[in-house]
Amino acid sequence: MSKKQKTNLTRIIVGIILLILIHFLENDNELIMLCMYLIPYLILGYDILYKAFLSIKNRQSFDENFLMAIATIGALAMKEYHEGVEVMFFYQIGEWFQSYAIGRSRKNIANLMDIRPEYANIEKDGEIIQVDPDDVSIGDVIIVKVGEKIPIDGFVIDGQTSLNTSALTGESKPRDVGINDEVISGCINMTSPIKVKTSKAFEDSTVSKVLDLIENATNNKAKSEDFITKFAKYYTPAVVYSAIALAIIPPLYIRFIQNGPLQFTSWIYRALTFLVISCPCALVISIPLSFFAGIGGASNQGILIKGSNYLEQLAKTKYVAFDKTGTVTLGIFEVTTIHNSDFSKDELLEYAAHAEAYSNHPIGKSIIKEYGKKIDKNRIDSIKEIPGKGIEAIIDGKKVLTGNEKLIEDNNIEVVHCHETGTIVHLAIDGKYKGHIHIGDQIKQNSKQAIEQLKSDGIKKTIMLTGDEESIASNVGNTLNIDQVYANLLPQDKVSKLEELLKMKDENETLAFVGDGINDAPVLSLADVGIAMGSLGSDAAIEAADVVLMDDDPLKISKAIRIAKKCMRIVYENIYFAIGVKIIVLILSAFGITDMWLAIFADVGVMVIAVINAMRALKVKNI
Amino acid sequence: MKKTYDIEVDCANCANKMEEAANNTDGVKKANVNFMTLKMKVEFEDEANVDEVMKEVLKNCKKVESDCEIFL
Repeated sequence: MSKKQKTNLTRIIVGIILLILIHFLENDNELIMLCMYLIPYLILGYDILYKAFLSIKNRQSFDENFLMAIATIGALAMKEYHEGVEVMFFYQIGEWFQSYAIGRSRKNIANLMDIRPEYANIEKDGEIIQVDPDDVSIGDVIIVKVGEKIPIDGFVIDGQTSLNTSALTGESKPRDVGINDEVISGCINMTSPIKVKTSKAFEDSTVSKVLDLIENATNNKAKSEDFITKFAKYYTPAVVYSAIALAIIPPLYIRFIQNGPLQFTSWIYRALTFLVISCPCALVISIPLSFFAGIGGASNQGILIKGSNYLEQLAKTKYVAFDKTGTVTLGIFEVTTIHNSDFSKDELLEYAAHAEAYSNHPIGKSIIKEYGKKIDKNRIDSIKEIPGKGIEAIIDGKKVLTGNEKLIEDNNIEVVHCHETGTIVHLAIDGKYKGHIHIGDQIKQNSKQAIEQLKSDGIKKTIMLTGDEESIASNVGNTLNIDQVYANLLPQDKVSKLEELLKMKDENETLAFVGDGINDAPVLSLADVGIAMGSLGSDAAIEAADVVLMDDDPLKISKAIRIAKKCMRIVYENIYFAIGVKIIVLILSAFGITDMWLAIFADVGVMVIAVINAMRALKVKNI
Repeated sequence: MKKTYDIEVDCANCANKMEEAANNTDGVKKANVNFMTLKMKVEFEDEANVDEVMKEVLKNCKKVESDCEIFL
């Protein structure tokens, strides 16, 4: 509780005790009664009256303090002393609850995002001292002890340890790092101290970027939020003008048209009740709070959503398009099988590896990796690269050809085709076909389940867009049960394909594109929602995408959509509940069925309930 | 030029009013008030004098919501 909250709570308690006491001190003298009631009234409401006075001075006629002052002073003037003080009492108690509930929610969300490192350890004159992470420059060496957060991105230069990355990724599996490995700020060092040479300034480090992103996410307002802001702008004046109309028109109508008695009192009372309900606060607070809680909860699960608007879009997702390499597959090329003839498999691999000795291509690298032994460069006499085909090399005096079918056929050698799909590297030595090496990219462990989950969550269609060749793409597509596969797409083709897909869908449906964020930037920004995956620490991905999955688990896609759906459900619950209750109470009080009590509930009670409901958006762990 | 300020305000609607008041101040290109994080982000016009503009922003905010504060 803050100091202000404590003072206000005391005022509320003193006020209500006095009110109860006065209730037992019935006195026939009106003036004495008024004076007695004025004591708790002023204790409870002096700040409201003061603010009301200021708002008159500043010509802010629809200020809620001003309206509350009018309503209660009006009640007192109508000799409804008890009611006037009571309304002030309930208003204050509602305000107090609101301030308390919001304070708590702020704290809850802040705790969730408590990944900001407070200090960095540096060594100075043989002693370890704590400094502000902002004061550490790039290239400085920091020491991270066990149990501490890594404050700044960098590389390990001494030590070996396990890191807990859960604050960033939501993933509980520890990550092992050793010398020369990159470490990311925000991770917690678990087993032994390490020395880290920083590669970025604190403000550019992952943890600062992530925090900045979450804090600013609610600045990108959703459509439902804009609606509420507009609604709030018109709601208060509309209610106030109807209150004025209600106080004047019906009594005059009864007097002059129906020839009844002129009675203002009950109509003024009804009008005052209107004023009590005129604040749109329940809506104005609970909607952004729901979004904020949803974004906070998602970030705790390693899903960064860059704005309330994207959360809204994500909840409407009906089509999901994927990139292949690195998104549904691991993006790591590995030799899977070797088909040999008269050579042994090891020999085949040995020649291929030597031919690829200077290769920078992922395929060549995967062959060298599979070979595993040291390459003896003395055995290589020459290497010639034939673009788009492969390599022609002289090894041990023999002419070695490694590459695709075309290379072999160009040399008038017959190719043995492989029945497997994937990248095939053929090998021929001294004009004779010797066999081929099959290189595949493996599908991620969770990809299949991820697609199944998306379908059971009501995604109409899953689509894969890839630059890879048809056979590989359709093989992956079939294994994963992806509805539609487009292969052989150059980057610009991906863009035009996505444009086609976007035209196909209905207006209130959205299409999400999931990519690894490295070469998908145009497609990511073109899609209704661009989801970048596996991009812990990658600036490019964080920049281009609307949603960033901090680890590369494809199951997070459906999780993100579920979080968004839950959050939007809460947003709509709050909108319908708050507007509904207010309208019902407005109607009831126009007919004189309610008193101010219910009006106060419609104002602050609804707000407190909406705030509590909004906080449910934070709970998304087991969604 | 952009700057972020800590603010204090009690109700969400008042935060919206502050945002509007700040946006209507000369020298402010765009202001954004975040009630949840209690922060005001202000983008200034190129030729604006930041200190002077912020004084004016605070004055205008106080007009619409007397009980608010911007920590300059």
